[in-house]
Amino acid sequence: MTAAETAAPAEVAGRFAPAPGAAPMRRMVAAQAVLEGKTLLRNGEQLTLMLVIPLLLLIAFSLEPLVSFGGGYTRIDFLTPGVIALAVMSTAFTSQAIGTGFERRYGVLKRLGATPLSRTGLIAAKTSTVIVVELAQAAIIVVVALFLGWSPHASPAAIVTVPLLVLLGTAAFSGFALLLAGTLRAEATLAAANLIYVVMLGVGGVVFSLTKFPADARPLLELLPTGALSTGLRDVLAGGAVFPAKDVVTLAVWAIAGIALAARFFRWE
Amino acid sequence: MVKRYGNLTAVDGLTLTARRGEVTAILGPNGAGKTTTIEVCEGYRNADAGIVRVLGLDPAADAAALRPRVGVMLQSGGIPPGVPAAEYLTLLSRFHEKPHDPAWLLDIVGLTGSARTPYKRLSGGQQQRLSLAAAIIGRPELVFLDEPTAGMDPQARHATWDLITALRADGVSVILTTHFMEEAERLSDHVVIIDAGQVVADGSPVKLTGSAGQLRFRAEPGLDTDSLLSALPAGSAAKESPAGHYLIEVHEGNVEPALLAAVTAWCAERGVLPSSLRIESRTLEDVFLELTGKELRA
Repeated sequence: MTAAETAAPAEVAGRFAPAPGAAPMRRMVAAQAVLEGKTLLRNGEQLTLMLVIPLLLLIAFSLEPLVSFGGGYTRIDFLTPGVIALAVMSTAFTSQAIGTGFERRYGVLKRLGATPLSRTGLIAAKTSTVIVVELAQAAIIVVVALFLGWSPHASPAAIVTVPLLVLLGTAAFSGFALLLAGTLRAEATLAAANLIYVVMLGVGGVVFSLTKFPADARPLLELLPTGALSTGLRDVLAGGAVFPAKDVVTLAVWAIAGIALAARFFRWE
Repeated sequence: MVKRYGNLTAVDGLTLTARRGEVTAILGPNGAGKTTTIEVCEGYRNADAGIVRVLGLDPAADAAALRPRVGVMLQSGGIPPGVPAAEYLTLLSRFHEKPHDPAWLLDIVGLTGSARTPYKRLSGGQQQRLSLAAAIIGRPELVFLDEPTAGMDPQARHATWDLITALRADGVSVILTTHFMEEAERLSDHVVIIDAGQVVADGSPVKLTGSAGQLRFRAEPGLDTDSLLSALPAGSAAKESPAGHYLIEVHEGNVEPALLAAVTAWCAERGVLPSSLRIESRTLEDVFLELTGKELRA
């Protein structure tokens, strides 16, 4: 610090008179959500996970006959719902778990605990950021898919069921993301979240049809959050299903379990 | 207040009062319970026993009411590593009703040139200054500063002292912990020394250090301090530590002219010329070491 940078007390006299007060909740949540969003955009690995990998899978698997898909769907019609499910998982689960795990490690959550932003406010900010990012991901994936020849076969009810499935999936993934981030060391969270991402990519019905798995395994895989989300979205967007009740219930149960466990076991520092 | 971690009692029946509008310094060796005490007051931990009131409120039960009124500077970290300094300060300003202008405050702590630098690329002292700015952005009534000048260069330390002095002048109450005795001596109205989770001394710096009760001089090593002592008025003590440095202490009183005369007369008889002869009060560091011992803490 040079002399010019050092403030003389005379310059600051009278400026520090106390005038405390919390800002309105909405302003606090919005400010925190914007910071969370910027942090995501600054982080190359997270962007790769959230956008580059889903798009590469969409493009590569739709252009080349790498695998044969079940259910009588065209390649792109099968892939698009699965890739949307993957994108939701990458944002709500993997990215959120890793980001929050390191925030906990660096004491960021602890420091925020001393500000007027409540824990509820912080969760609201994180959720807002996740939803905005998911909307952006979905928009980009849909545009690319349409370009690749995607034609959804959906009933009008999809206007309600797709957001419902995505919201329930987001709630389930967020609950488990916070459970990991709030209980494990940051490095362990990083490893676990990435491992689960890769495993779910394989067995979550994202690009490989669950009909190709052994008959015994399939019902179990459809009960995993990723399997339920990809199957539900596929039934609605490619199969014209009106209400995929089983997948909605499955995701709701995961959401309740994940959030309850996170609320019980999350450690802020 | 009592706070235990498993079998370890970190804070063991500690009682202290920090008055509004004053700077209170909490001193103590590592592990004395300073940070635990502050973190209970900040609402991060619940005390196992005792009553804690901050601005008249319970830091745990009334946390939502207290948070806007209290600024906190943690001992380290708490700021996201990738976020630029100005952006972080702006974020915190959005949490408050009438915050300081983040650009102005950044200038006050000398970080205007680093406004766009991510936290992780700031130097240790710059990180501390950003953390200090973050503690006061919301115009708090009370700030907790846990080792605010650790890692700062002398310029930054003096600027921080000026800032704390300015906060106090404007009526902000300050509670700080520090290992720098000079810092506590200069800044605080009230010093609390704690050790092993208990208060061992409590008062103004002047009260703790007492009035002028020491005479120091330098001379050739190996003078006979027993002989010197016998020449001095009763109630004095004389020792050589380290070699060639002599210290005469007067317990329960001041150095009187007669003592000075006795010391110089004793030296003159032996043809010794004392140099660097000073009459002074004990420093806070003397008091601190006397109360908490000189052995190293684990």
